[in-house]
Amino acid sequence: MNAPITPPLTTDLSLSQSDPLVLYGETFSSRLMLGTSRYPSPAVLMECVRATKPAFLTVSLRRQMPQANAQELGGNVFWELLKDLKTPLLPNTAGCHRVQEVITTAQMAREVFETDWIKLELIGDDYTLQPDTVNLPMAAAELIKLGFKVLPYCTEDLVLCQKLIDVGCQAVMPWAAPIGTGLGPINPHALKVLRDRLNVPLIVDAGLGLPSHACQVMEWGFDAVLLNTAVALAVDPLEMAQAFGWAVKAGRYAHLGGAMTPQTGAQASTPVLGTPFWHQSP
Amino acid sequence: MQVLINQLPFELPPNATLSLAIERFGISPPFAAAVNLQFVAKTDYAHTPLHEHDEIELIAPITGG
Repeated sequence: MNAPITPPLTTDLSLSQSDPLVLYGETFSSRLMLGTSRYPSPAVLMECVRATKPAFLTVSLRRQMPQANAQELGGNVFWELLKDLKTPLLPNTAGCHRVQEVITTAQMAREVFETDWIKLELIGDDYTLQPDTVNLPMAAAELIKLGFKVLPYCTEDLVLCQKLIDVGCQAVMPWAAPIGTGLGPINPHALKVLRDRLNVPLIVDAGLGLPSHACQVMEWGFDAVLLNTAVALAVDPLEMAQAFGWAVKAGRYAHLGGAMTPQTGAQASTPVLGTPFWHQSP
Repeated sequence: MQVLINQLPFELPPNATLSLAIERFGISPPFAAAVNLQFVAKTDYAHTPLHEHDEIELIAPITGG
């Protein structure tokens, strides 16, 4: 009798229903979140979204000028595109430098996008786009009081992340590296410490450049990744988006599988007992 | 009176409301509004009086990371 055939790995990029991402009590089948900026065209953005089925699409708000001729996709064209994609939206507060700017922008985003989700960005340094780590917990606390589901973009600082959790954030989003750099995780030790010490979902946001970066942080036990530039500025964004989708999934399965313990000495994989032509050295 | 809408100067009659400012600016939905850094819900536009030198922000969806 033939042995049962093991079913092939599914080609679906969504994770199995037994291992969903849970944020603020809501369940998501994908562990990839995708930004919507800097794509070569709206059509390419749509292809990438349809191929990867991300948990969230990040979006933003900017001044609309009369007879504007902005190069960036926005306004009604972008609005119609978002409606077509039918993907949950995660508005951000990008560009805000003060807590009150964050609060007001979040309220405006909630009205426009009809969602309580907010990616909290409070910029403290324009050169590195490093978040204002001193005032970030205060901004998060205010937003939570107003009923927002806050996903704060932060650094890999353990104390900062703990304070964000203390004020009510049910997930935090440390950077791997500064936004748009594609450098990958520049402080692996600190990121691993976060995973060891914090019991909330951790989403790596910003600085990823390669699918291997995403796979690595997922192997370390991070719960999801949020990326934009690595896909949008790839030579072929659609190929890269799919590669990230697989990498996130591979990393997650590797984490669940549990890695072996590395060791310094070689150990033959093939059994030694019964090795042909073996004989004891004289 | 003069107000700033998205940092552009606009001349409005006395006792103008946010609704009038939005109409003069010429923006179509979806958008959201704030006056002097305070959010104003769309249901309150008609009941929000403006004052000299008020700063109005009208913002609309755009791509984001």
